[in-house]
Amino acid sequence: MTTIEAGISTSTGPRIGENASRPDGVPKVTGDFAFSSDLHHDRMLWGATLRSPHAAARILGIDVGPALAIDGVHAVLTHEDVPGRATYGLEHRDQPVLAADVVRYEGEPVAVVAADHPDTARCALAAIHVDWEPTEPLVDPALAEAAEPIHPDGNVIRRIHLRHGDQSAADQPDLVSVEGTYEVGMQDQAFLGPESGLAVPDDDGGVDLYVATQWLHVDRDQVAACLGLPDEKVRLTLAGVGGAFGAREDLSLHVHLCLLALRTGRPVKMSYGREESFHGHVHRHPARMWYRHHATSDGDLVRVEAHLLLDGGAYASSSGAVIANATCFAAGPYHVPSVEIEGVVVRTDNPPCGAMRGFGAVQTCFAHEAQMDRLADALGMDPVALRLRNALEPGDRLATGQVITGTLPVAEVLRACADHPSGAVGPDEPMARPGGAGRTADTEHVVRGEAVALGFKNLMFSEGFDDSSAARCVLHDGVATITCACAEVGQGFVTLVGQIAGEVLGVDEVILAPVETASIGSAGSTSASRQTWMSGGAVQLACVAVRRELLAGVAADHGVSADDLVLVDGRVISLPGDGSGDPDLSLDLSLEEVTVEPVEADVVHRHAPTSPLDADGQGDAHVSFAVSAHRAIVDVDPDLGLVRVVELTTAQDVGRVLHPLQALGQLEGGAAQGVGLAVMEEVQVANGHIRNASFTDYLIPTALDMPSLEVAALIEQPEPGAPFGAKGIGEPPCISSTAAVVGALRNATGLDLARVPVRPADIALAGQPEAEVS
Amino acid sequence: MTTTSPDGAFTLIVNGTLRPVVDAHPGESLLFVLRERLGLAGSKNACEEGECGSCTVRLDGETVCSCLVLAGAAAGRDVVTIEGLTMEAGVSAEPGLSPVQQAFLDAGAVQCGFCTPGLLMAIDALLDAESDPDDLTVREAISGNLCRCTGYGRILDAVDRAAAVRRAEVTP
Repeated sequence: MTTIEAGISTSTGPRIGENASRPDGVPKVTGDFAFSSDLHHDRMLWGATLRSPHAAARILGIDVGPALAIDGVHAVLTHEDVPGRATYGLEHRDQPVLAADVVRYEGEPVAVVAADHPDTARCALAAIHVDWEPTEPLVDPALAEAAEPIHPDGNVIRRIHLRHGDQSAADQPDLVSVEGTYEVGMQDQAFLGPESGLAVPDDDGGVDLYVATQWLHVDRDQVAACLGLPDEKVRLTLAGVGGAFGAREDLSLHVHLCLLALRTGRPVKMSYGREESFHGHVHRHPARMWYRHHATSDGDLVRVEAHLLLDGGAYASSSGAVIANATCFAAGPYHVPSVEIEGVVVRTDNPPCGAMRGFGAVQTCFAHEAQMDRLADALGMDPVALRLRNALEPGDRLATGQVITGTLPVAEVLRACADHPSGAVGPDEPMARPGGAGRTADTEHVVRGEAVALGFKNLMFSEGFDDSSAARCVLHDGVATITCACAEVGQGFVTLVGQIAGEVLGVDEVILAPVETASIGSAGSTSASRQTWMSGGAVQLACVAVRRELLAGVAADHGVSADDLVLVDGRVISLPGDGSGDPDLSLDLSLEEVTVEPVEADVVHRHAPTSPLDADGQGDAHVSFAVSAHRAIVDVDPDLGLVRVVELTTAQDVGRVLHPLQALGQLEGGAAQGVGLAVMEEVQVANGHIRNASFTDYLIPTALDMPSLEVAALIEQPEPGAPFGAKGIGEPPCISSTAAVVGALRNATGLDLARVPVRPADIALAGQPEAEVS
Repeated sequence: MTTTSPDGAFTLIVNGTLRPVVDAHPGESLLFVLRERLGLAGSKNACEEGECGSCTVRLDGETVCSCLVLAGAAAGRDVVTIEGLTMEAGVSAEPGLSPVQQAFLDAGAVQCGFCTPGLLMAIDALLDAESDPDDLTVREAISGNLCRCTGYGRILDAVDRAAAVRRAEVTP
């Protein structure tokens, strides 16, 4: 079979804060890097999944006989073949491995097959006879709470009622109030590498699963439970991950592959096509958000009220965490003395929703920033000045009552972004006008708009979650080997490992051991902007522990004080001492000679503990926070409703930059996903059916759609408690970018544009009856 | 040269090497045969409907989505994949990397890397046709290649770097 990377080594290289080379860079540009869909085994079978064509239906019977009779088909499995727990899930184990008596969304897995060729597997799926009794799907989240439960766990997945400060604060006279209702459509993560994996049965009833995921250990726990096997008989290894963005937090084909491999005794590979991928992972929650802001005539925020309704779709996934973020950060990075937010996420027969980059905060940012612009307009104030006037700062309280004890340079980020000179020029080139070549707007009809938005979110998991990451460092013959189960999904953690080990140990060569469940404890999820802090911190701790032990040993061997020894460029060197050792002894040993016997350390790194939210949504629930700003300049053709994002500028609160190029890549990539949500990306769901499950119909930004991103500033205020002072930077870029682009569209058109993505019809046909728009 | 036989077997010319293909199903795409039958997994399978460009190869010099080409239809024609781009470079340049591959590393254009092989093929073809393309020309040329990680900024920078290196190579 294709070998999994045995180890990735970095040569001597740049340390923290410099542009180290990606250790996986060369194999990725030569095509040699093994993604999960590239795995191959000479004896392997191909798996495939039969999915429900109905958004809601009862299953009266399943006949797999005709499928099994096809030559080349080795197994056809249904819910009756799941030996362990019938359901799985990240927060609530409410989702069937294979549907038994009902299906709750279009695309829900019903049966899986293994065959000698993908074509044979497809024929087998077509030959499975399911006796369906379709039922009326529950598709309107506003009706979910009152409707008959579609799942034994009920239709309300989670409700948070946050109340902070004097609840009668808005009763005072002379306040200026603005109100609005906003909607966010369902966004898809649209990673390029499809869900795929290879399961290989062992001789002892266990199984090895090579799969692309964001969190190996939480997958392993769920898979083992469903297989009815002890954890140690289910070993997961990270296969190359072609992007994630939240869509790989939940299981997809994991249990199915293992079931097929264990049943057939053969390795089984499965790889979703793009259409299946749209049905095979969770999406960003669609949201309906009512807001009312109250402020003094001077522009001081007095009270914010909101009702947030998120559509969780058929199963819970990470809906609980999403609604918590949405609720906690509903008011944005502003000081608001009085807050009432009701956040509800409900179950429907729509596609399941869960994690996507910025989860929860993206939705509410779109709403709170629209409200801030509306309030500025009502007050006759400059929108940037209004934001600056109310900007949160360290020492302030959040709506959850939590006092901000770390860094939070809201005003600095906003000023840097808003004051950055614009280089935007006119839309002279036809290709650069709204709509591009062939649908070129008349230049004199094009209107330009500009807006600034702020985004705000927690870093890492919240609400008392026992968050940790494990790492091991072995220093042997002068080479450091790091073991950590952190999933590299493209973000560049593998680069950071070499930088950290190099920084702490002064080593030239760092090897990253295979990322798997069998050799190390959990690293937690590659999500929530947490791995630089959590697993970067674990690697740092492990390296520091090795350094301490090594130097203590060298000190004892040579009669010097360990305090006088340093590790530099692969050598142990003594510095002038403080008197405890022999001041005349000058030590200069190679790291190689002092690590003939390996020195190693195993650590578990945790962040400061957090608390659950109480009945009023109050509590010290979060570890740390980050803020970002975007300024968008857009051109609009009002006649055709076509839009071009001309310029995008950003500033971000990053704590400390660990790798300038990789940081830039996060800012640019996140902004592109934000632009996509603003003007083109939506999974269109009609009566429970996805209408655009392809890259032909679900559009993501191309190189022609994205402007160059101007980085006005990376605000470096080291975060206390964070390794090297660095904050996670992955999510903020896609939080404020959407709000800025739509703010600019409002500025250009004068329209409310209360829903994203903004469609051409929303602009060109604005004010016309809804029936004509849709 | 006869490249197909009555039993449906055929021969591809991949990266300059004759590669017989036996037992392929009639409907198999060039992408599937490259990846699953010839062990050349560098061409990627992100959409398999011609929208994302991750499977881009050159067929008689033209860039095509190999997912949309029937493998049998490519018989006897010149197929160059990402593996070929590396090998070609290995003959003339530094250890195995072409200027555009090296530029992707230097510019930070690689994140998850799934779109990378297809983009490299598209950019290599662009720079064969135009040695000094302007920004819009580059954007247009790679607009058939979707990238979800980078927002294209580092990729555009990599194209500029690669173009400069290639120009310097031909005009010493």
